[in-house]
Amino acid sequence: MSKAQIISPLPGTFYRKASPESPPFKQDGDPVSASDVIGLVEVMKNFQEVTADAEGRAITFLVEDGEAIMAGQAIAEIDT
Amino acid sequence: MTISSLLIANRGEIAVRVIHACRALGIRSVQAHSVADADSLAVRLADEAVEIGPPPAAKSYLNIEALIGAARATGVDAVHPGYGFLAENADFADAVAAAGMIFVGPDGDSIRLLGDKVSARQAAAKAGVPTVPGSDGRVGEIDEARGIVEDIGFPVMIKAVAGGGGRGIRVAADFDEFERFFPQASAEAAAAFGDGGLYIEKLIDPARHIEVQVLGDGQRFIHCFERECSLQRRRQKIWEEAPAFDLAPAVREAMCASAVALAKLVGYRGAGTVEFLYDGASQSFYFIEVNTRIQVEHPVTEMITGIDLVQAMIRIAGGEPLAITQDDVTVDGHAIECRINAEDPAKNFMPGPGTIESLKIPEGEGIRFDTMLYEGYVVPPFYDSLLGKLIVRSADRESCLVALKDALAGLEITGIPTTVPLHALLVDDLDVAAGRVNTRFLETWLERRFETNV
Repeated sequence: MSKAQIISPLPGTFYRKASPESPPFKQDGDPVSASDVIGLVEVMKNFQEVTADAEGRAITFLVEDGEAIMAGQAIAEIDT
Repeated sequence: MTISSLLIANRGEIAVRVIHACRALGIRSVQAHSVADADSLAVRLADEAVEIGPPPAAKSYLNIEALIGAARATGVDAVHPGYGFLAENADFADAVAAAGMIFVGPDGDSIRLLGDKVSARQAAAKAGVPTVPGSDGRVGEIDEARGIVEDIGFPVMIKAVAGGGGRGIRVAADFDEFERFFPQASAEAAAAFGDGGLYIEKLIDPARHIEVQVLGDGQRFIHCFERECSLQRRRQKIWEEAPAFDLAPAVREAMCASAVALAKLVGYRGAGTVEFLYDGASQSFYFIEVNTRIQVEHPVTEMITGIDLVQAMIRIAGGEPLAITQDDVTVDGHAIECRINAEDPAKNFMPGPGTIESLKIPEGEGIRFDTMLYEGYVVPPFYDSLLGKLIVRSADRESCLVALKDALAGLEITGIPTTVPLHALLVDDLDVAAGRVNTRFLETWLERRFETNV
């Protein structure tokens, strides 16, 4: 078993939900496919989708909903 | 005046602007800032700075508890909310007052009354201000809505009572669309806002966006003439002028008098803006909304009237009566403001935070650049993209466009993308020069120029 990291290409604020009222895109432990949206990064009020880019059996988030992130920071890990 | 110290509950160029006003008034300025703004120009310029939380606005500039705590800890008499963030949050205004401090703006109840679209429209109608034909507030079932549409005619907008910022709006061109969209809009509004309530308004299109600056001290109410703000992208203004071009004197007078009548009806205290849609073909204007705060584009009004609006609103908040009468307010020349954003117009306005490598600011008579930039400043990604506002005043609109072109050529910001190249194209545009604009002009123009997805 190996792990893949999901890296944010952008700095900003990371969100795990499409809106404050929505459920999270993914929960810790959920399986993911490469095209799955796992979160949003808000850069100057623009929202960019973050996709898993790899298939995996379980995702583990490293960043909380609404947390500030840097470009290049790991957002989550996937057990591939 | 009762204000000797003031907390600035905002950031960016408006925080810098408020600090300058405080200095001129001999007020101690205290800058509230997030962790991400510790290096900001406002923090450097203010007499004192206080940290209010982590970078995301929800945890700092939108955190009422943290701001009240910061105001208490620094012992200020007053809080200036700037624009955006909590500037039109009635609960924040109430919280400041409950903490024994002065909120620089109208009280919470006035913000509530004018911030709610339905009650604001009702107040406008009561003050004799023309409103967009439509339902007088919330409509019930589709049969009631259909009756209103039969009266006002198509096209109509079906709007969510709880919506805002362009969300929850559908346009119906005929009865067929109306019958389909009305139930959809209600279901969507219920899902999105928890309130399926709708109201109906006639769509005024093409329209110009013209707004009137007002000042009130609770007893006396004046206007400082109007601003033309039709150049917008995604409902965000990017270029503003004062006065509005081609407005017949009688129309200008009626519009400004309308705005004053509304301010008077609600006993307005502070600086505010009454926004209108203007239909040039019929020379009719219609009330849209009131903004109960200082606006981004306030400098164009300052440049043509000589009135310092930020100082005026602080003086009013401090209990001073208005120092000027309506007769003291005159228009001298023409002013244009270009909003300089950290966005790349050639790449669909992709935002680009980062480091300012070099900065060259044009200088000269009639040129003003309100900004929070300095060389080496790192523009953070967490807030909106406004970097500064280039404002140019000249004797008339034609010479103002010439002076603006020069000033834009002299403004050099390197390190991150900016909207300076967009303004350099707009200032040369024949339609802009002729004033052939409306609120949809810029998006159409951008599609042609940049083949961008607006």
